[in-house]
Amino acid sequence: MTTKMNGAKILVESLKKEGVGAIFGYPGGQALPLFDALYNSDLKFYLVRHEQAAAHAADGYARVTGKPGVCIATSGPGATNLVTGIATAYMDSIPMVAITGQVKTFMIGNDAFQEADMLGITRPITKHNYLVKDVKDLARTIKEAFHIASTGRPGPVLIDLPSDVQLAETEFHYPAEVSIRSYKPTYCGHPGQIRKAAKMIAESKKPVIYAGGGVILSGAAKQLKELAEKINSPVTMTLLGLGGFPGNHELSLGMLGMHGTGYANHAVQNCDLLIAIGARFDDRVTGKVDEFAPHAKVIHIDIDPAAIAKSVAVDVPIVGDVKCVLDELLKIVHRPHDKEWTEKIVEWKNKHPLNYKMDDNLRPQYVIQQICEATKGEAVIATDVGQHQMWTAQWYKFARPREFLSSGGLGTMGYGFPAGIGAKVGRPDAQVFVISGDGSIQMNIQELSTAVVNNIDVKIAILNNSFLGMVRQWQEIFYGKRYSHTKMTNPDFVKIAEAYGAVGMRIEKKEEVRPAIEKAMHTKGVVVMEFIVEAEENVYPFVPAGKRLDDMIGSMA
Amino acid sequence: MKHTISVLVENHSGVLSRISGLFSARGFNIDSLTVGETEDPTVSRMTIVVDGDERTLEQVKKQLNKLIDVITVQDLTKTRFIDRELLLIKVATSSPKDRTEIIDTAESMKADVVDLGACTVTVEATGETQKIDRLIEALRQFGIKEIVRTGKIAMSLDPKGNTQHTPKEEEE
Repeated sequence: MTTKMNGAKILVESLKKEGVGAIFGYPGGQALPLFDALYNSDLKFYLVRHEQAAAHAADGYARVTGKPGVCIATSGPGATNLVTGIATAYMDSIPMVAITGQVKTFMIGNDAFQEADMLGITRPITKHNYLVKDVKDLARTIKEAFHIASTGRPGPVLIDLPSDVQLAETEFHYPAEVSIRSYKPTYCGHPGQIRKAAKMIAESKKPVIYAGGGVILSGAAKQLKELAEKINSPVTMTLLGLGGFPGNHELSLGMLGMHGTGYANHAVQNCDLLIAIGARFDDRVTGKVDEFAPHAKVIHIDIDPAAIAKSVAVDVPIVGDVKCVLDELLKIVHRPHDKEWTEKIVEWKNKHPLNYKMDDNLRPQYVIQQICEATKGEAVIATDVGQHQMWTAQWYKFARPREFLSSGGLGTMGYGFPAGIGAKVGRPDAQVFVISGDGSIQMNIQELSTAVVNNIDVKIAILNNSFLGMVRQWQEIFYGKRYSHTKMTNPDFVKIAEAYGAVGMRIEKKEEVRPAIEKAMHTKGVVVMEFIVEAEENVYPFVPAGKRLDDMIGSMA
Repeated sequence: MKHTISVLVENHSGVLSRISGLFSARGFNIDSLTVGETEDPTVSRMTIVVDGDERTLEQVKKQLNKLIDVITVQDLTKTRFIDRELLLIKVATSSPKDRTEIIDTAESMKADVVDLGACTVTVEATGETQKIDRLIEALRQFGIKEIVRTGKIAMSLDPKGNTQHTPKEEEE
């Protein structure tokens, strides 16, 4: 026997059936029935201070747990405020279900108060989206949304729910299974292709594994490590791939690309076989694409057929889930131990190490090194976008997957702090650090309220150089130091922290760095550490856009 | 090179905008696009003519396949297929002689006169794009008032079939 329920209640019950552990959101007029259903429900709801933060927090939650993040906003401005967060998740293939209130069905298209065409607006930035016009379709739609968001190449799905549908009643049946005739992702790689790949690996003298975010999304870090060790191949990672392979492993080359390590870029440019795993040959990775890995044959494993051969010709494409494919590949792959290539890698590592000026000044790289040491490379780190992001990628040696959260594809400033909040909610046991800049942090600084009020224990390290540092760096190098609108006049971050009820610290000397980090780690609650760092420090090595990967500038290139 | 792609999609609102949005967002050029219901009322067929090299086409197909509402994508250019277009053309007539000549031209090219107006004649034709183009050229001298073309619809054929009326025979 089933009883009738309204759409709002059906949504809440469906979210429970999906095992949703947290919802991030913000109420409003066209979401009133929904929020009424959330009142006194068992679902854990976090009220953010700006809808964009709800989407980023859902994204952060998804990145650490692997489960779809959920965010809710009202129609019109509430919904459009989610857009940046949805686009961020889309570019990085993060599973998310975004639910927006919408004006009543008969008002749609009338330019009603707080109406926006969310289906139209989010079409290019979602994996799929729905406008539910009939309450009878709601439960099935939610089931489909979660299925689509979390399977195949994951991504955000939006459900636009008019307020009259939230109030309309029907019987509630949550479907046990989903069947979408047009959506059947391929998980198992083609056996013939896997055999070809194994043969190519066996014949290679100088292989490099190029691992991307797909390794982490698929949960294949263990398989990747096994493969690298079995075939004795160095591993370089994309920004989103960091943590997919232990950063301190002797086969790790760190990150490649525009701000990659010199040794990773040299290895890629000289390898005879590039094994791309869950990566998509982004322009920040390849540099000048025609001259990327010029001597290499390419094996490309990816769940998304459209990612294969999009920008680079591939010799052995394998469409499938990284984990399934690697499991099969590991059964048959072997490669004779070959000292020459390993020695060459060691030579590059010695010749082009990552470094920065060791003096008494407070340099940003030092702060990140100290955070890494203090947390043993095992904290969850969320960053914003810019120099601090690249320094984190270079200097924090991520030991494990799902512990580095950063907006790779879209490059969204303002992502880090709310993502860190979502991460802490998803993994309450973890030490969560947000590493940000003085520009980025101000894009969602209002979330101090969310974190303090909900007791979400994140530590925020602001590397304050009083500049929009990455843009300033480009202006310095390519625009003759004409610092057009990149100088920041900042508020007192310590006072801001205190005003929100957090602990604030300002660190101006190198010797204060480590004690401050330790103190923050042993302080309960939200701590904001403002590090006053070298103002005009640059991120090196640096491959200017459109140049060859080994065409690096910077002292250590 | 022009490719004719046949796409089966879910027959519900918003699907057309997903397809056209994909083409514009990824910078693919559509020559023509037609949509209609199939033998299964829950499914629509789109016939899309795209201009591009092999690599572009590969991406078009893959990106289309990624859309949840797309059921199948087939590049007909690689199979035996038949395509047709419908044309309505309104031609000016300044004299009775013109009028006769237009009617004769239409008849000789297997087109139908569908309306005789006071100062225009409207002709309907179906066929391959080349046939339609030839008819338009033949009528141009009289003064074309208006042209409406549907764009191609296309259907794959049995790979071992025997075409009864090949487009060439039809043109004769």
